[in-house]
Amino acid sequence: MSIRLTNISKKFGQFQALSPLNLDIQEGEMIGLLGPSGSGKTTLLRIIAGLEGADSGHIHFGNRDVTQVHVRDRRVGFVFQNYALFRHMTVADNVAFGLEVIPKKQRPSVAEIQKRVSHLLEMVQLGHLAQRYPEQLSGGQKQRIALARALATQPEVLLLDEPFGALDAKVRKELRRWLRSLHDELKFTSVFVTHDQDEALELSDRVVVMSNGNIEQVNTPIELYAQPNSRFVFDFLGNVNRFEASWQQNRWTNGDAFLVPPEQAPLQQNGALYVRSHELALADKPNSQAHIPLTIVAITPVGAEVRVELAPIGWQSEELWEATFTHHHLQELGLQKGSVVYATPRTAYFFGEQGDGSPVRQSWPFLPPGSLAFDI
Amino acid sequence: MIFTNGRLRHKRVLPGFSISLGVSLLFVSLILLLPTTGLIMQTSQMSWSEYWGVIADPRVLASYKVTILSALAASIFNCLFGLLLAWVLVRYEFPGKRILDALVDLPFALPTAVAGITLATLYAENGQIGSLLAELGIKVAYTPLGIVVAMIFTSIPFVVRTVQPVLEELSHEEEEAGMTLGATDAAVFWRVILPSLWPALMVGTALSFTRSLGEFGAVIFIAGNMPYISEITSLMIFVRLQEFDFAGASAIASIVLMTSLLLLLLINLWQARYLRRIHGR
Repeated sequence: MSIRLTNISKKFGQFQALSPLNLDIQEGEMIGLLGPSGSGKTTLLRIIAGLEGADSGHIHFGNRDVTQVHVRDRRVGFVFQNYALFRHMTVADNVAFGLEVIPKKQRPSVAEIQKRVSHLLEMVQLGHLAQRYPEQLSGGQKQRIALARALATQPEVLLLDEPFGALDAKVRKELRRWLRSLHDELKFTSVFVTHDQDEALELSDRVVVMSNGNIEQVNTPIELYAQPNSRFVFDFLGNVNRFEASWQQNRWTNGDAFLVPPEQAPLQQNGALYVRSHELALADKPNSQAHIPLTIVAITPVGAEVRVELAPIGWQSEELWEATFTHHHLQELGLQKGSVVYATPRTAYFFGEQGDGSPVRQSWPFLPPGSLAFDI
Repeated sequence: MIFTNGRLRHKRVLPGFSISLGVSLLFVSLILLLPTTGLIMQTSQMSWSEYWGVIADPRVLASYKVTILSALAASIFNCLFGLLLAWVLVRYEFPGKRILDALVDLPFALPTAVAGITLATLYAENGQIGSLLAELGIKVAYTPLGIVVAMIFTSIPFVVRTVQPVLEELSHEEEEAGMTLGATDAAVFWRVILPSLWPALMVGTALSFTRSLGEFGAVIFIAGNMPYISEITSLMIFVRLQEFDFAGASAIASIVLMTSLLLLLLINLWQARYLRRIHGR
């Protein structure tokens, strides 16, 4: 079932939790609402569910206007952040709850309910725990039961609030894949809330990035990563180095450091350059295009990659810079903790002071990765 | 953990387990066990037939019936009304909420005799409430109904104060989960909220019941104390004491004590079983 939000806003007292916003969700889509805490993502999810009323605007499920429809009649499945399982009921009773509260005339028979419950428990691979109580389960198991319970009434919309927030990394990854396959199999429309960009990018068909009650950007994970449209989205997607620059002597400078724009660049103004950590080359000498001196303060292996943390020398950066390499490449470069290196971006995104807030992508294609084109 | 002499010992954050336990046990002995022992000592001076003669005296038997039925009525009323009061105090914001919250403890703070005299005055046929009820043909003061009213008054805080904290801790999300699954408000209350409150509510009601069984001061002023009709067991004990029949008084007291202890024990066992399930131990 498709979901259409028109002009939805919400205030809590003086606090504008959601500024009027619009969002169209296609049938069968999986949408990730991504944002820091306080960005309004959970409020938006609760408004879709009907647990919270919007101050303005309309919500449509398909062609049906559900703005004034009570949560119990919206037929959505909702998975709560801390699962909210009924502690005094067995796992089987928890899953059966949604079926047992159906008015008597439409309610399936006891045998039918039992059959559906055991089918659901098999689906979440926890049939053997039917007679346990929620407190006897692990976090991952509780999460699956919460999902089975939400799916028992066969909702066409599934809403999940920070579904994997409280789980450890391994279980989280496993459950993510499992949820994705379940979604693809049952074809419900899902919306989930997360503050973890990896989770949003891995799981969603489209990601909705939110901040301060506004939607910043809506796009597919690949497009979003390739074309973040604001500094906020860039910062939030993570692993980005910032070069705050003023335009002097035909180049961007910051203290002793400078960067010469590629020849076609028309953006001769102050601004900030964003460079992703894997799009940064390091060398032992500066070149004519880039002079960004840094000291290596740490070299940390992170899975298949190595992360090099860099502190600026003679110029200012709020945070340490990061560059990532493969283990093999790092060995070739022969970098050591404490050594001084010069950074050259292969690609950077420029946010001009006078711009409209969206970045201009800059490439230095004449620099082969890791090499120095023009020595000074 | 520290290993000393090969034995495993847990290191505690605050020292002084043995002394604090010692002091606690001393006070439990002085305040609870010693009087109870005295009671048993007094009773043990009697033979079984004497004991039976005292506790199965027809007038005393009638007082058991009056006491138990009144206490039952009072605790059932308190179970419902106390739950409602706790619900209002936890779930709603209204002016004067703090005052109402403080008023709940009044029956604990007020001397029971004062409560009894006040209630008797109010509910007497010429009293403010009593005169209104008299028009409807209801007599409260000096009838078993008066006993119930006095018992309700003195034991309502037990239910409110046991249910209140549990209700405060109850997460809204379980209710919301119930609603998203299509349950009506009634279904959410009966199947989600009430089962969570059940242990606290039962304990509060049981405390209210046992307190009512032993209530003396508040009841005797309003009860009228007519033999076989509105005499409570505590009064029978008091009467024996006035006759300097200490053994007889102890014998009747032992019945009240045993009933209360048995009830509290049963309630605690039941609660432990219920909570074990909820907490998954």
